[in-house]
Parts: sequence; C-alpha cells; structure tokens
Amino acid sequence: MKFTRPHLFWQRSSLDPVNRLQEEMAKLLESPFSGFGTQFFNEWAPSLDLFEDKENLVVQLEVPGMKREAFEIGLHDGVLSISGERKFEEKRQKATGYRTERFEGRFQRSIALPKAVEADKVRAAYKDGILTVTLPIAAQARPKQIVVGTE
Amino acid sequence: MNNTTLCETKNPTRGEQVSYLLPAVNIYQTPEGYTLEADMPGVTRDGLEIYLDQNELTLLGRRQPGPSKPETTHYRESASGDFRRVFELDPEIDTDKITARVENGVLTLHLARREQVKPRQIAITD
Repeated sequence: MKFTRPHLFWQRSSLDPVNRLQEEMAKLLESPFSGFGTQFFNEWAPSLDLFEDKENLVVQLEVPGMKREAFEIGLHDGVLSISGERKFEEKRQKATGYRTERFEGRFQRSIALPKAVEADKVRAAYKDGILTVTLPIAAQARPKQIVVGTE
Repeated sequence: MNNTTLCETKNPTRGEQVSYLLPAVNIYQTPEGYTLEADMPGVTRDGLEIYLDQNELTLLGRRQPGPSKPETTHYRESASGDFRRVFELDPEIDTDKITARVENGVLTLHLARREQVKPRQIAITD
C-alpha cells in the first residue's frame, strides 16, 4: 500500500467538496435507517488468539477502550464465548463534528476449546486493551507420565 | 480489524521496508479544538512515541513482546507489529498545547485551537 498523508482534520469551509462529502457521510452515519454503520460489517469481530502452555489454554482478545464490567464471558460445552459492547455516543453528541473509524457496538466471539478445562478455575484479566482468559487444562486432558512399576 | 498494514520505505537507497499496523481513529471536533482517539491494543505509555514536525503529527505505538512464549499456538488472528499513523494538522491547532494519554489500549490526544483574535471595535480618531 502506498503511504499517503490523509488530511483528517476538518477545515473551516464546507465549500471544499471533500469536506462536504465528509459532512454528508457524518449525516448518513447518524441516520438509523441509512444502512451504514460505523463499521463495514455490522459485527465487530476483535482479533482472537488461542495459545497453550504447560498448564493452561490462554485466549487473548484485542478489545481496546472497553470497561472491565462490559465483558460477558461464558463457558458452555467446551465453547468459550466472549461478548461486550463499546459506545461513543456521548462523545459524538458533545462534538460539533466527528469522524469515526473505530468499531462501535456489540461484539461476540466464540471458540471451541481443543482440550477439557477446569471451568471453575477460569480467570480473566483486562490490561492495555487486551482481554486475557486463562483456562487451566483439566487433569485428565494433561499429558501423563507413566511410571514403570516394579513387579 | 487492525489488519491494515502500511509499508514505508525506511531507507530508500537500500530498499528496506518496515510494515506498520494502521490504527483506527475517531476524531471529534469541539469549539475548543479536536480530540483524537486511536485503537492501539497492547501499547503502553512506554511504547508510545509522538512526533511533531511542522504541521505533521506522527503517532507511533510500539507493542511490548509477550512475557513468555506460549508452547503451542492453536489459533492466531492478531497481527504483529507496531502501530503508526501520520496526520496533517489543521493550522489553527496550537501545537504547544497538545496533550496525550493512553488508557486500555486507546491513545487519546487533545488538540486545542489557537486563541482567536476577538472581534473588536476600532476607535475612530478625528
């Protein structure tokens, strides 16, 4: 991709066709029946990673700008589900003009876990915009070392 | 989401290229100026660099490498790399008064407009 320098800050004049277009777009985004959202698809699908270390499955989700209490995390039949919502409505209302590229609204991600986990020991932490869910692997799903006994 | 990458030639003579992730931004305009918010998951205060050259504002967010390498990666969607984006500022912005902070992976910049010369009446002399 070619590196371009977008002139993103509004100019004072609305006579500039580019600015006019931006204003029109802003109006479209405000209209609830316009069919446009702040994202191209209506769903926010934050990036999800699944790692494994010796004892845990670790799921990481890139969800910057969330409130800790806005997450819903569930585990059902070996499927981990994470959902939440991010809104900028208040900021938009205070602004005289705006341009939004950041996803707004609800997201929902689910992933089938490759191993059985101890559901009652699952932990979740939110730091620097990344949600980390740590799921201890169930004892029966861990690799076992067989000790050779004496006869 | 943030998978848009941006290639920039670091050293044109040697053709070295560095890829950056392009952070999504929101820009709000208020009577006082502008507020810019950029999604930079995984970036802390220490990893943030902001440069101002004339009217050109460069945001650079470096991500910290993970504390320990996981043994197995089952599934990976996140893109690796640092965030970078360049903006040309409205000349009305007072570049001495730009403030920045990062919280929960979101960089917020406040850009105040220069104090306007207030309308005044010109006294007429005889």
